[in-house]
Amino acid sequence: MKSKRFEVLAQRPVNQDGYVQEWPEVGLITMNSPFDPKPSIKIENGRVTELDGKKRADFDMLDTFIADHAINLDYAEEAMAIDSLEFARMLCDINVPRDEIVKYTTAMTPAKVTDILNKMNVLEMMMALTKMRPRLFPSNQAHVTNVKDQPVQIAADAAEAALRGFDELETTVGIVRYAPFNAMALMVGAQVGRPGILTQCAVEEATELLLGMRGFTAYAETVSVYGTEPVFIDGDDTPWSKSFLASCYASRGLKMRFTSGTGSEVQMGYAEGKSMLYLEARCQYVTKGAGVQGTQNGSVSCVGVPAAFPSGIRAILAENVIGAMLDMEVASSNDQTFTHSDLRRVARSLMQFVPGTDFLCSGYSAVPNYDNMFAGSNWDAEDYDDWNVIQRDLKIDGGLKPVSEEEVVAARNRAARVMQALFKELGLPEITDEEVEAATYAHGSKDMPDRTVVEDLKAAQGLLERKITGIDMVKALYRAGFEDVADSLFKITLQHVTGDYLHTSAILDKDFNVLSAVNCPNAYTGPMTGYVISDARWEEIKNIPKAVDPDSIK
Amino acid sequence: MNIDEKALRSIIEAVLQEYDASAATAVSAAPRGEVKGFEIAGQAEAKKGTRPDEVVIGLAPAFGDSQTKTIIGLPHYNVLKEVIAGIEEEGVSFRFIRVYHTSDVAFVAHAAAKLSGSGIGVGIQSKGTTVIHQKDLAPLSNLELFPQSPLLDDETFRAIGKNAAKYAKGESPSPVPVRNDQMARPKYQAFAALLHIKETEHCDPNRKPEELKVIFK
Repeated sequence: MKSKRFEVLAQRPVNQDGYVQEWPEVGLITMNSPFDPKPSIKIENGRVTELDGKKRADFDMLDTFIADHAINLDYAEEAMAIDSLEFARMLCDINVPRDEIVKYTTAMTPAKVTDILNKMNVLEMMMALTKMRPRLFPSNQAHVTNVKDQPVQIAADAAEAALRGFDELETTVGIVRYAPFNAMALMVGAQVGRPGILTQCAVEEATELLLGMRGFTAYAETVSVYGTEPVFIDGDDTPWSKSFLASCYASRGLKMRFTSGTGSEVQMGYAEGKSMLYLEARCQYVTKGAGVQGTQNGSVSCVGVPAAFPSGIRAILAENVIGAMLDMEVASSNDQTFTHSDLRRVARSLMQFVPGTDFLCSGYSAVPNYDNMFAGSNWDAEDYDDWNVIQRDLKIDGGLKPVSEEEVVAARNRAARVMQALFKELGLPEITDEEVEAATYAHGSKDMPDRTVVEDLKAAQGLLERKITGIDMVKALYRAGFEDVADSLFKITLQHVTGDYLHTSAILDKDFNVLSAVNCPNAYTGPMTGYVISDARWEEIKNIPKAVDPDSIK
Repeated sequence: MNIDEKALRSIIEAVLQEYDASAATAVSAAPRGEVKGFEIAGQAEAKKGTRPDEVVIGLAPAFGDSQTKTIIGLPHYNVLKEVIAGIEEEGVSFRFIRVYHTSDVAFVAHAAAKLSGSGIGVGIQSKGTTVIHQKDLAPLSNLELFPQSPLLDDETFRAIGKNAAKYAKGESPSPVPVRNDQMARPKYQAFAALLHIKETEHCDPNRKPEELKVIFK
């Protein structure tokens, strides 16, 4: 006989997920491995001669880079002398302000920071995150992609996402050669939805940089770093080559952050027997050492690995805390699918949703998951109302707001018409009225007519061959009579020259003011300090269209 | 941290045994000696082929040896049978090599391509991840990549063999349709890491690719 109860349980979504027991010797452990190094530092004549139990002669390239570039040696001995448990308590204590503690959190070693987080539970880590987040208020980022690489749909979805409250948007491609179209459609559509949205196109690193330099994008984050030497070398990279790439972006006035996450090293078979969190700490120290303002972390595309092991979701939160401790912008992942269970996916996201991070998702799929070309997100367009109601239930700011069907339809339609005019002005294959109409009302690419792919690809590559830049797009939009969109695009391009948005955790408001950790620093010290939801913002969050107005009943 | 290598090995073996017992239904880690349908009868140093009409199939270090099924439990016998059936349908010949210096499927496939008379190679990992490669491409580029091992079935492996043979004949076939399942990650990603670690443990950085004599029963 089989138990009917167990039969029912076996069919539950949570039992469609994979789980594995720990195996510390090869790095299949999320935190607190018995094989993680013990924290230590020795400084002689202003130079680190020992790092986490290793002498300089035994350093691998990551140790060397971290020792030479990532640790503030002025406070290192002082920081390392503080007992890890004592420090863990300081980290979640509202009476120890961020300003006071950050000089120590940026002056310790990867093993020390890991040792501290090993002593904290998720509630304490959330307290630490709400205090240590660099920017005063949280924000959110979305993915805008589709399986057809349909540019009109990308523009319409970008406009809607911007209207719904995302401050940054990211696209990628199904077919690589489409990249210039996708990047352009995303940037233009986003400005229609809300002026000042920053956009990026995640593709191979050289192309990504080129698109930025040509003004097709405003920032980048798909620059990956890894926590062990063999995995780094597998990607034909070193910490120095990644630093060079970072400086390329900085010198061209482009915002950027690195990406890393727990599980990537073990996924590639070279975890050197260390815990996933310790290796992720090394990644973030490399990011810090490269002088990059921010990090996208939280396991990202490897999330299925830590999520299958004990304390995996806690380790992902710990990653986010490390980024904030290192005084970097944290885009906290909450992106890729890791579970069949709606309960697990909410529990995982509450870890960031409640304390607030610089970007809660990186990103939230602004399209249905079947169109998500990052292989599906933890949240998609079909969850918009759930997200809004969770904000309203808990009175927390998840960066989104309820919107009406009318305003969404109007924004999507305008974005599609702007694309139609822009394509015409730039001599690109026609966008038909039928496509504009379809994009206005579409949920996903299944609702969109097909375009002639071969012609589009030729024209998309032609944009690069013709050396079209952001300024050409500005001119074309102006000629086509969309002067306000032209103006927004011009002001985005202007950022590449002024560079103010290179500051930590920067976003732009609708008037193109830079809001960053420099002019909007987080100053949380307990209840009613730091970021408090304003009355106006609370009205916005409260008023979901579905809520019945008592006055409407006579 | 230095720990005694012998102690480490015994710990790993103990955990491995435990793992095989507890997870046998979930993942396909059949112990050595249970390969069904084929046997690897002998090996010698792999030489560069001279036949312009051959495809070289490169097997990752544990394939058909310590691991005998893909991540979804498809026997390695089926994988090989389908790939070579696809190649034979196009009237092209094939050889097998085993790669020891790497478990990275891109480099396994590239090593096979470099030894192939036609310049076309197929690389297959034990968990099923497969690449069709060409000798003049950069190792991390490829002709066709099938990264989602849980989606590779008999039919796909046959289509892979067929396309590899077509490339060997100088044709430009339509790529085998790529499949996508966003729920493959929740179900399989951690197992994929585990299987890859085990495969990587069989790597020998100093050992050159060897020609395999495969006998189908």
